[in-house]
Amino acid sequence: MNRTGKQILFTLALLALPFLAHAAKIGEISETSWTEQAIDFFTFQQPIVRTALIGTLLIGFCCGILGSFLVVRKLSLLGDTLSHAVLPGVAMGFLWNASKDPWAIFVGATAAGILGVALVGWIKQTTHLKEDSAMGMVLAGFYGVGICMTTVIQNLAMGNKSGLDKFFFGQAAALSSGDIQLLGIISLITVVVILLFYKEFLVISFDTGFAQALGMPVKILHYALMALLTFAVVVSLQAVGVVLVSALLITPAAAAFLLTDRMHWMLVLAAVFGMLSGAIGAFVSYLSNNLPTGPFIVLGATSIFLLALLFGPRHGLLPKILRRRKQRKRIALENTLKAVFHLNENSQFTKRAFEAGKLATERNASLHETEAEIQNLVKAGMALRLDTANGTKMSGKAQFELTKPGWYRACEIVRNHRLWELYLTNAAQYQTDHVHDDAEDTEHHLGEDIVLRIEARLKNPIHDPHGKLIPNRDAIKL
Amino acid sequence: MQSSSTKQASSKSAAPLEVHDLTVAYTKRPVLYGIDLKIPKGSIVGVIGPNGAGKSTLIKAIMGLLPVSSGWIKVFGKPFKQAVTRIGYVPQRESVDWDFPVNALDVVLMGRYGRLGPFKRPSKADKEIAMSCLEKVKMTSYATRQISNLSGGQQQRVFLARALAQESDLYLMDEPFVGVDATTEAAIIEILRDLQAQGKTLIVVHHDLTTAPDYFDRILLLNMRVVAYGKTEDVFTFENLQNAYGGRLSILSEVALSRARKKFDGDTRDNVG
Repeated sequence: MNRTGKQILFTLALLALPFLAHAAKIGEISETSWTEQAIDFFTFQQPIVRTALIGTLLIGFCCGILGSFLVVRKLSLLGDTLSHAVLPGVAMGFLWNASKDPWAIFVGATAAGILGVALVGWIKQTTHLKEDSAMGMVLAGFYGVGICMTTVIQNLAMGNKSGLDKFFFGQAAALSSGDIQLLGIISLITVVVILLFYKEFLVISFDTGFAQALGMPVKILHYALMALLTFAVVVSLQAVGVVLVSALLITPAAAAFLLTDRMHWMLVLAAVFGMLSGAIGAFVSYLSNNLPTGPFIVLGATSIFLLALLFGPRHGLLPKILRRRKQRKRIALENTLKAVFHLNENSQFTKRAFEAGKLATERNASLHETEAEIQNLVKAGMALRLDTANGTKMSGKAQFELTKPGWYRACEIVRNHRLWELYLTNAAQYQTDHVHDDAEDTEHHLGEDIVLRIEARLKNPIHDPHGKLIPNRDAIKL
Repeated sequence: MQSSSTKQASSKSAAPLEVHDLTVAYTKRPVLYGIDLKIPKGSIVGVIGPNGAGKSTLIKAIMGLLPVSSGWIKVFGKPFKQAVTRIGYVPQRESVDWDFPVNALDVVLMGRYGRLGPFKRPSKADKEIAMSCLEKVKMTSYATRQISNLSGGQQQRVFLARALAQESDLYLMDEPFVGVDATTEAAIIEILRDLQAQGKTLIVVHHDLTTAPDYFDRILLLNMRVVAYGKTEDVFTFENLQNAYGGRLSILSEVALSRARKKFDGDTRDNVG
């Protein structure tokens, strides 16, 4: 409770910032060079920059947090439905007093959003249509009505009509101080509600039935979350636009989902990614004066997602490729060791040294390939060159010997192979001529604990199904 | 003062679960008809019946997860809402999304949430209880594992640990043995026996007729209505099962049944001897 209190105070302090921003109009942006504009942006001299930046940061923050719940509950399409459904409400709010009064538009849009979501629920309950179809219909239907209404309004000769088209693709520069105040209030409510009811939201998102069994007011919590989402969507419209606000709900949260396995970290990361996207959008849109902000915010979010997809430590594609390559290298090394073991075995373990050419024959590979493999062994400290007196130039006659770690590892691999063959034939009733290929793969993946269990199960065997010796721990100590 | 103490006494002596003339319907199509049930303290009751018999529906109705068309349910003499903290619940494993970003310990901690009440976060003590529950299901080393990286049996154990963390008196378990390995099944049944020894009451939905007579001391045979309910040796008869399964009894189950009968006959002979 104490911790929660501190967090709320801290957030309150943060949220006091937007009220420092002053009102600004689009017209204030002047034509200057690229670098000058960038400097202008980052020095935050202009009130319009402050307003736009604070606005998009707050939007990214709210959408990131609330969108996380949509992503983990598999309700991503709901964000889309909500954002499109609010458009008729925006038009109604505008018609209220023929101006872009943020409060009138907020009330209208919220009402339309709630109506849209309620309609989805009603269609789902009264027909046997599934939720996705209901969402698709409501989304398009409301959007259609919204477009008709805004077109009509724009054709009417109303004084302040120019602002309405900004609701389609968003214009951060069009944010007024009233919008910022509204955004601050919604962000504050979001943070307070999520912090106070985090555990409740966690349980209803993961396991609704269990939440109900715990006696939690599941329906109220669900509607509270939906209400917060509606608010977030409505206050984001001005800067991000109806069409793309759902992307800001989903994309930062999806990127966060790829990077963490814990819900609270997902919320934090999604909020950071959302804010980053917002800042990128505001910046690019500021640089290129008349371009809408929404697409750039979404492009920022999508870039972050792509980075997470490529470089995420656990689920990222690049680390996966690197891990696979490392494993392939290890397997190649182990196969070379195994071949050396076979050479030694062929000499009844009398000769420990081996020739590069002989190994190439055993491996069924070219001398060139084998030399590279031996070099890898030497690099890993598993083999030594013996005939260094003749120089280090490689040839088929070059003499090598496994070091102690190399020899141990070779014995382990051969033991794994033969033990697994024996396990398959004895315990899993495989035919003896069916087991080699499986063992070729499995030998590289058997852990010590499994080996011990197989040995116990097979009563510490000595010979494999083909009558060859299984090198056990004592034999390894050469 | 006096009245409250007598009230407490009455709720203490009240049966863990009493169901009277319960009817539950999905969109006007009844799934359970006129269920009467009284479950004594300290018993393990197996709820058995064919697919679509309403086994899970009964559990959900008891938990207040479904609207009741008629009749009433009392838990320790009270309506469900007033006895919430005395009920532990293990839902079906498939009922949740296992890709959800939580680890095993997070899930078990959820079992403590009912006791915490609003605004409070789990304390150190709650975390210790959650860890000890994970220990009981032999999952301590998986505490920080994301739940999708657990096997089916391990996931089921996490669910069981979460119910244990609820520290309840009545446990409702929906198919806890489905899709688990033999080790997990043995581990679960050991925990169920342990809970019973502590005087807890357990109601377990079960689908495997062959193990039912070994696991439960009472059996509720269900097929939209109560076909038979009582002590296992009285209820687990060919006739009752035939009634519940409507002649769809497989040979396997018949063999299991005859084995079970021999076991009970053996028991009585031993008692006589």
